[in-house]
Order: sequence, then C-alpha cells, then structure tokens
Amino acid sequence: MSSALLVEQILNGLQFGVMLFLMAAGLTLVFGVMGLINLAHGSLYMIGAFACAAVAAATGSFWLGLVASLAAAAAAGTLVEVLVIRRLYGRDHLDQVLATFALILIFSEATRWLFGSVPLYLNAPPILSGSIALPGGGQYPVYRLAIILVGIAVALGLWLLISKTRLGMRIRAGENDREMIGALGIDINRLYTIVFALGAALAGLAGAMIGALQSVRVGMGEPVLILAFVVIVIGGIGSIEGALVGALIVGVVDTLGRILLPQLFGAVLGPAQGALVGGAVAAMLIYVVMALVLAFKPRGLFTGSA
Amino acid sequence: MSRELLLNTVLALLLLALPFGAFALDEPFYIDLATRMVVLGLAATGLNLALGVGGLVSFGHAAFFGVGGYVAGVMATHAFNAEPIFAAPFTLSATDLMPVIWIAAMGLAALVALPIGAISLRTSGVYFIMITLAFAQMVYYFAISWPAYGGEDGLALSVRNALPGFDTADSLTFFLICYAMLMAGLAAFTILRNSRFGTALEAARQNEIRLAAVGVAPFRVRRAAFVLSAALTGLAGALYAELNKFVSPSMLSWHMSGILIVLVILGGVGRLFGPVAGAMLYVFLEFVLGGLTERWQLFLGLILLGVVLFARGGLVGLLAGKPRHG
Repeated sequence: MSSALLVEQILNGLQFGVMLFLMAAGLTLVFGVMGLINLAHGSLYMIGAFACAAVAAATGSFWLGLVASLAAAAAAGTLVEVLVIRRLYGRDHLDQVLATFALILIFSEATRWLFGSVPLYLNAPPILSGSIALPGGGQYPVYRLAIILVGIAVALGLWLLISKTRLGMRIRAGENDREMIGALGIDINRLYTIVFALGAALAGLAGAMIGALQSVRVGMGEPVLILAFVVIVIGGIGSIEGALVGALIVGVVDTLGRILLPQLFGAVLGPAQGALVGGAVAAMLIYVVMALVLAFKPRGLFTGSA
Repeated sequence: MSRELLLNTVLALLLLALPFGAFALDEPFYIDLATRMVVLGLAATGLNLALGVGGLVSFGHAAFFGVGGYVAGVMATHAFNAEPIFAAPFTLSATDLMPVIWIAAMGLAALVALPIGAISLRTSGVYFIMITLAFAQMVYYFAISWPAYGGEDGLALSVRNALPGFDTADSLTFFLICYAMLMAGLAAFTILRNSRFGTALEAARQNEIRLAAVGVAPFRVRRAAFVLSAALTGLAGALYAELNKFVSPSMLSWHMSGILIVLVILGGVGRLFGPVAGAMLYVFLEFVLGGLTERWQLFLGLILLGVVLFARGGLVGLLAGKPRHG
C-alpha cells in the first residue's frame, strides 16, 4: 500500500472525526449542562443538511445555504427546547429517551412531507471544488480539507467560548451547580435554551457540510447520532476535550479499519475470504475500541466536566 | 380480584378473541395482526424484565430480537436445503422443529447478551443507554456486512418451521402457538419477579448500596436479569421471523430497540401486562393511523410525546391505577 493512499485515508479519517466532533460537542454539552440525553440531535443534523440543500438550490449559493443551515438548526433547536425539552430536564432518562425518540419520528416524517422521499444533492462551492497535491504524490479534495479546518476552528472557538467568556463561565457554573447559579440571579431557562440552540447549530453545520459529500435524505442523522454516542462514551460524557479526542479516534480508526483490515485478513485467508471477514470486522471495529476503553475506563477517557 | 388482575384478564381474553373474530369474518389479515400484537408483546415482556423490574434502560434489545429471528431464518434455510449449519470442527445439522429453534434462539440471544451485559453493566444511567445502543448497532452492521445470509437484503423463509401435530402454515394455529408462548413468557416473568431473584433485582433498582450491604452483589443480579431478558426477547424474535417468513437487519436496527421501549412505556413500565397492552395499542394505532394517512409516524410521534409529557404510567397505569408497591 502506497504512502500517498495512507495519507489520503488518514485525512479522510480526520475529516470524518471532525464531523463527528461537531455532532458530539452539542450532545455532550447538552448532557453536561442539562443532564439530558437527546436522541433528536440527529434530526437537527438532518435539518441543517436539508436547509443548506434547499437554499443552495434556490439561490445558487452554497454560502447562503450554510448560513441557512445554521439558522434553521438553531431555530428548530430553540423551538423544540422551549416546547418539549424544557419539560424533560427533571425527568428520568427513560422519559427523555422516549420523548426524543418521538421527536425523531415527528421530524423525519415532517421532513419527508416537505421535501419528499427523493434525496437532494448539494454541490461544494466552486472555490473549494478543486484538489491539491499531497506530499508523496496523490491528490486530495480541497473541500474535505476545508471541513477539517472548520472543525479545528470550531473546536478552538468552543474552547475560547467556554473558558474565556462570560457565557462560558455560566455554562461551566451550570454544569457544577444549577441551583446555585439560579440563586445568583442568572436566568437558567435562557441559559439552557442558548446551550441547546448552540448544540443544534453545530449539528446543523455538520449536516450542511456533509450534505455536499453524501446525498441529503431523511434518516441521514441517525447513524451519525449513534457514532456520536460512541464518541462521547469513549471521551467521557460532558467533556468537550473528550469529544474531540474520541471523535478523532473513532474517525481515524473506522476509516483506516475499512481500508487496512480486508488487506490484512486477505494476506492470511486469501483475497475473497479476507475481504469478507475483514469487512465484517471493520464494520464492528469502533465498537470493539469502545468496549476496550470501557473495560479500562468505565467513565470514558476524560472524566469530569469540561 | 384487584383492578389490575381484572384488567389483565380482560386484555388476555380480548387478545385471544381477536383472531377468532377475524376468522369468523373471514379476514385472515387481521389474524396476522393479532399475532403481531402477541409476538411484539412477548418481545417487550422480555425487555420489561430488565427495564421495568431492574430499571436497566436497554436501548439495544433489537440485537436479541434480531438474533432470535436469524436463528429461525438460518435454521429454516439450512433445513429446507438439507445442509448442515456447519461441517467443521463437528457437524451441526439444521432442524425445522420449532421447539429446538426456540431453545436455540433463546440460547444464542443469551450468549450474545452475556458479554454485552458484562461490559455495559459496569456503567449506569445514560452511559448504559448509549452503550447498549452501540453494541446493538455493532450486531446490526455485522448482519449487513456478512453476505452469507442475505446481508442487507435479508433472508426469506420458504416455509414456516414445523411443530408436530400442528399445521403452522395456518394463521389461526400459528396465532395460538404464539399466544401460548406469550402466556408462558408472562408466567416466567411473574415467577421471576416474585422469586428471591426478582426481589433482589427490584432492590438493585431501588437502592443498590443496601442490596450490597445485605450481601447480594448487584452486578451479578443485573447481569442475570439482562441475559434472561435477552433470551425472552430472542424467543419473540424467532416467532416474529416465522410470522413474516422473513428476517432482515431491520429487526436489529436501533429503530426496533426504540419501538420495544415504546411498547413497554405505552403499556406501563414494570406492569405484568404493560408490554402486552402497549403492543396491542401500538399495532392498533399503526393499523388505524396507517390506514388513514401515509404520514402515520408523525401522528404516532405526537401521541408518544403526549404520553410522556402528560400521561405517565402508561395504559395499565391509566386503567388500573398505580402499582401497590414500587
């Protein structure tokens, strides 16, 4: 296997990981601050993708679509938080699971109603549509590199927001003691809505960016949601650093596993059988990694609050 | 007779009467609908043992449901083609006898549940939910990427498996077989809940420190409950595959796990007939709403949301009041 291919696959893994980070950051933030498990996070990802595809198709501009995706996901997040999620903070996890499962059904069916069952397609903006040469030969699409850069920028931005700003201070305080910050005169309901909308916007951003790589369709959010769960279980629930590290581990391990394992098994069992066994093992690899992490660190790699 | 016992009797008789009514009206489709209620009720009864009695919110029971389904499907395929399931290191020949398949389905589901439970029960709360979901997803992807038994397309059963003395191809007979298995499952649930094990399991949910203090390890009790729960759901999976004469990865999907939780909550968490009531209501809603509109899932979602936010305790809780002890 050539080194150019390996570099390309590692970059693909990073791009996938960064996208998972955008999903996992919102999930882990919402869990850390509000103690809520939100299955409908994947629906917000889907809403972002659909908003971007629809606006980009209507206006011809990917960038307007990107803005629309952030706005639509944040708006949907705010609406859902005020109408439904707010009533679930005090409930047990079972009620939260059922209510957000119901939200998935509602969002998926409503989206199918609005846009039909045919997938939408979204093109990357022209400025990002070329590819650049990799060291060691080979080409890599600029758009995927741009996703990695956006992910790094978002991670930095989140870190600055949480550790350097007044809002971030309130979020951290909310994680530690929600009654205390209420007693200090901070409107906890508004803080919760802002945190939820922020998480929703990140999911929407992820959906919009992925929309140009895959088709935009109903149900696109759930596989990503479950991987984001794996990410935050590995990283430690409530930890943003954990989400970043977990996302990169999952992204790279999954991508490389799918390339390397069939070859590895192929060397032992012969190409046909190797592709079969390797493919099956690769499909399960990240769950094995999760199990291994849990065996040694049952509360994830980065335990404690962000 | 308490109100709950009365309600349970009414539900059991109503469920039994449904297919006979359908038979009298010469509507075989409705018989299969009643069988669907029975089989989903059995699957959710399995989950109810872990979730209702033990407080273990497993979001991965579709894995055990699907494993049971694949046991029935794979056995039927091999028996139909008269091939052994595998030849090395020893020959395991296939059978189309339902009782053998049921035991195999329960055994394999329990075997899959053992490592999943051992790992995920080290955690609790929201971790447990996510990890069971993730492991079920692992089984799902395995089924998709393994082409021998249909992969993504699933596996069709040419004929239903056999039970000596019964014509399993007949809808009404098959309903009665499933109904008998449901009653056996409910009996097992009752016996387990009223046993010393059941008491320990409830105690593990309510206060695990006290349970440990009296000398019972909560982890082992929970692991046993998780495995037994998986076995019961696996049995239901085998019947579900026979009912549809088809098994596919969709039986293993996270959506199925969600539905199983929905059935338990819709009917009433921890109540004996809760999952059965939930399954009857769910299949009924699916049928009625599905007949009215193509968008029935939207309305199902709204109904579920209403149940969570405003009607806690589910159908059994609504009709029979709160349980006497929690």
